[in-house]
Amino acid sequence: MLAGLAAILRRDLRLALRQTADNGMAVGFFVLTVILFPLGVGPEPAVLARVAPGILWVTALLASMLSLERLFAADYEDGSLDLMALAPLPLSLLVLTKCLAHWLLTGLPMVVLAPLLGLLLNLEPAGYGVLVLAMALGTPALALVGAIGAALTLGARRGGVLLSLLVLPLYIPVLIFGVAAVDAAIYGVGARPHLLLLGGALLAALALCPLASAAALRQALE
Amino acid sequence: MSQRRSGSSLHRFANPSRFLRLGRRLTPWFAVLAAAFIGAGLYVGLFVAPPDYQQGESVRIMYVHVPAAWMALFVYSCIAAASVASLVWRHPLADLIARASAPVGAGFTAVALITGSLWGQPMWGTWWVWDARLTSVLILFFLYLGHIAINNAFDDPTRGARAAAILAVVGFVNVPIIKFSVDWWHTLHQPASVFRLGGPTIDLSMLVPLFLMALGFTFYYMMLLMLRVRSEIVARKIRTVQLLQAAP
Repeated sequence: MLAGLAAILRRDLRLALRQTADNGMAVGFFVLTVILFPLGVGPEPAVLARVAPGILWVTALLASMLSLERLFAADYEDGSLDLMALAPLPLSLLVLTKCLAHWLLTGLPMVVLAPLLGLLLNLEPAGYGVLVLAMALGTPALALVGAIGAALTLGARRGGVLLSLLVLPLYIPVLIFGVAAVDAAIYGVGARPHLLLLGGALLAALALCPLASAAALRQALE
Repeated sequence: MSQRRSGSSLHRFANPSRFLRLGRRLTPWFAVLAAAFIGAGLYVGLFVAPPDYQQGESVRIMYVHVPAAWMALFVYSCIAAASVASLVWRHPLADLIARASAPVGAGFTAVALITGSLWGQPMWGTWWVWDARLTSVLILFFLYLGHIAINNAFDDPTRGARAAAILAVVGFVNVPIIKFSVDWWHTLHQPASVFRLGGPTIDLSMLVPLFLMALGFTFYYMMLLMLRVRSEIVARKIRTVQLLQAAP
């Protein structure tokens, strides 16, 4: 079973690396949108420092959501998703593997880029460590929750707009605790409780979301 | 054997044509009861119940706001229960009930949000605060909108119903968060004062209109549900007939 999952992981990574435009675009969107904010709200360092955690998180949310639309779509269109569903692998583990591949390609680069973009936004020095930690906990949860939306909207009319309506409300807890953790670190009141809540959200998503996504995929393939 | 009997008694109400007959008989009763309870609740709430010693006359907004908020949660719970029934037993009627309930629930949620905002302006001095209760109810409103949207997003209506059912079950995590948001976080919104351990902290003169309105809203929901499910069944029958005529 593990060999099968590893094969799917390898396949997804290889496909993505041969066709970098799709995943590169999500990361590019993340960087470009963050850069737009200093131009929009003005380059005043104090203002930027105050809103930096929120900007980074909201942009990460949007970038994650935009890239999720393609999580299952290509495999659905060319029929390979049908074959994967027929394989003796549990569909929920398959979803988990695809989420892992997706996170490695879009989530991880965002985690790495976030502190650099924080520099551009004049983020307080105390916030960097917690920002990276919170993003490392939060972005996988975003991918897992978003996978439900991606599976539900397979074959729907106007799938992209629909996906944002379904997924963004469910993203809000991650946004709240992610920003709260960075703010707490900056004001020196201890980011631990928020990080623990983020970790809890990730664990719950890890256990439950693949099941829901698998159910959604099954009804899409019927 | 007994299991099969209990199963068949459950399935009796899942038969659309039997439901149609039942609905036709019950709808006028629900309409009368809803009008009576909402009328009585509004009368007691607006004219009989005393003004609050702190809030003055604005407390009367509560007689619409609180039952609407209860209904917002109740209708979502009904949708989630119907969705589980639809996913497990594939009752065609469960899909219809979920589909028919969603706009009604969204309406109740909108009423709760708007009346809460109207009450918040004189009492809290602001139309809106981003506290846990308000935010989670706003999320509920968007979950309703998402449910309606995904239900209509597919060419095949059963596909949309199944997708909406999964979304409703996933979104149910929000319901306990709304209920306990006032206990888990220190927020501006009042903690529970009616359904709590140790009895309600509201005076009886204010509880009576609250429950009258809640009952009225429940019957109103039942009436709308019957009407909407019936019209949905009829619409599908018409569609089937049209398809048969189009392809002889």
